[in-house]
Amino acid sequence: MTNYLKLLALGLVVFIAALAANWARDLAYQIHALIIMAIASGMFIWVLRTTDDPEPRIDASGYMDGVVRAGVIATGFWGVVGFLVGVVIAFQLAFPVLNLDWAQPYANFGRLRPLHTSAVIFAFGGNALIMSSFYIVQRTCGARLWGGNLAWFVFWGYNLFIVLAATGYLLGATQSKEYAEPEWYVDIWLTIVWVAFLVVYLGTIFTRKERHIYVANWFLLSFIITVAMLHIVNNISIPVSIWGSKSVQVFAGVQDAMTQWWYGHNAVGFFLTAGFLGMMYYFVPKQAGRPVFSYKLSIIHFWALIFLYIWAGPHHLHYTALPDWASTLGMVFSIILWMPSWGGMINGLMTLQGAWDKLRTDPIIRMMVISLAFYGMSTFEGPMMSIRAVNSLSHYTDWTIGHVHSGALGWNGMITFGALYFLTPKLWGRAQMYSMSAINWHFWLATIGIVLYASSMWVTGIMEGLMWREVDAQGFLVNSFADTVSAKFPMYVVRGLGGVLYLAGALIMAWNMWMTIRGGEKVTAPVGVPAE
Amino acid sequence: METYSFLRELADSWVLLALTLFFLGTIVWAFRPGSRETHRETADIPFRNDTLPCDKGCPDCACKTAFKFDLEA
Repeated sequence: MTNYLKLLALGLVVFIAALAANWARDLAYQIHALIIMAIASGMFIWVLRTTDDPEPRIDASGYMDGVVRAGVIATGFWGVVGFLVGVVIAFQLAFPVLNLDWAQPYANFGRLRPLHTSAVIFAFGGNALIMSSFYIVQRTCGARLWGGNLAWFVFWGYNLFIVLAATGYLLGATQSKEYAEPEWYVDIWLTIVWVAFLVVYLGTIFTRKERHIYVANWFLLSFIITVAMLHIVNNISIPVSIWGSKSVQVFAGVQDAMTQWWYGHNAVGFFLTAGFLGMMYYFVPKQAGRPVFSYKLSIIHFWALIFLYIWAGPHHLHYTALPDWASTLGMVFSIILWMPSWGGMINGLMTLQGAWDKLRTDPIIRMMVISLAFYGMSTFEGPMMSIRAVNSLSHYTDWTIGHVHSGALGWNGMITFGALYFLTPKLWGRAQMYSMSAINWHFWLATIGIVLYASSMWVTGIMEGLMWREVDAQGFLVNSFADTVSAKFPMYVVRGLGGVLYLAGALIMAWNMWMTIRGGEKVTAPVGVPAE
Repeated sequence: METYSFLRELADSWVLLALTLFFLGTIVWAFRPGSRETHRETADIPFRNDTLPCDKGCPDCACKTAFKFDLEA
């Protein structure tokens, strides 16, 4: 019976998608309608062919790890894709001829740049967060994922969102909000997927066997809830036509700018910080084989982060139409935020107290420690840059790009690599990764890559900031904008090389994961220190 | 009074006070007497439940292992 309903629904989706493809007002919408039509047709045929098969028996006596395995593979795949696009656009900035004439307008910097940011933040980071929340919530609750196949819907639905977003950028559909570029129908789809994510997560927490909710779940839950709120408020828009991708924002002017950066900075705060801290509070103790340094500190870390981060957004709008009191508020909260951030970093690092020797012997722990070090560095740099006087030098320069990448490559990237190296052997029943020395290579390539990236961006950012404000004795500007562009060339090449090193490390990881999954004999992976 | 002005004044008076007190309350709560034992127990959660706890109550509990296919192979 349910199969008939499924067929009916899928047939309806195919029909509407076909109509939409026919009546589409623009290319991006048309291609998206065709993608959805193809997927729904494929699912229709599949349901039809298996409709008389007996219900598959699902073994519910263990954790639901299939979806986590899929998430591990997707994270590795999107990581490589995102880093590759990053390297391409880095060299496009150094050598504008790489905006290939024959590939216009699809492969110019303007369209590839959101592809890069979304691929690394939402595809790589998002898949990492979803798969590790599914892994962590089961282990820390002692309960199987709630909702059966709903977790699979979250995985495939989220990856469909990524495909729609990415193809949309290349085809020119964007609502021009940084880190929230996808157009209205993609936003609605993400909202549905995200609510399903929240339901699976909360359902598992409600059915937990442990009395207390472990701190990692607090961080992950705050990430899920806050991202839902931010996404919905920042994407309130009215489509021009339901058969076209273009939409108009409901907020306008400075209100729109403030909403955008309230969203934008909290995407950093709750997606890239709270969510990844949830990973940190599980994987670091687990890999170190000892509980978190101070559980009290982790509670204070959590509440302080939640209470402070949400106010920090206005520091993106210094010296704009935003009222001074609002940007001062954002600045003050950003500076206070330094304290809980470092509290969390210290808590993570001190978890290794008494086990520092592992830093020499265990490359996975080394990856996690360097990620915490970068978390500390970028959460110091961020508050400093939010100070109005510093911001007057740093804003609109490459310093900002360097700051973002020391956080993203260093903190988010490295903790995710650590998690992937932790999870891959466990999920596929191997003793350890195929090659431990390849992890070492990855570690050094990535670290040197980040150092090249961040230092070249500091140099070029401060240089162009100073060049922009340089005036002669008569008060005229000394440099034209093009002067700063040509002065930046060597640093742009160094930045591109840093990206190449980081990408090379990720390729080694992908190979290592492939070999671990494919080869080797199956053994039960050793698990940390036994309980009690 | 305009909605904006009303909300603005509410936000920077009573709501600010309430949120600050709630925040301070969470810190006080973390240090409440008897929390040390609870926190120690909670911090150990990652080291339990490496396999799904079994509620069937069988004595040897072979049903708990995540990897059935490679059990003592």
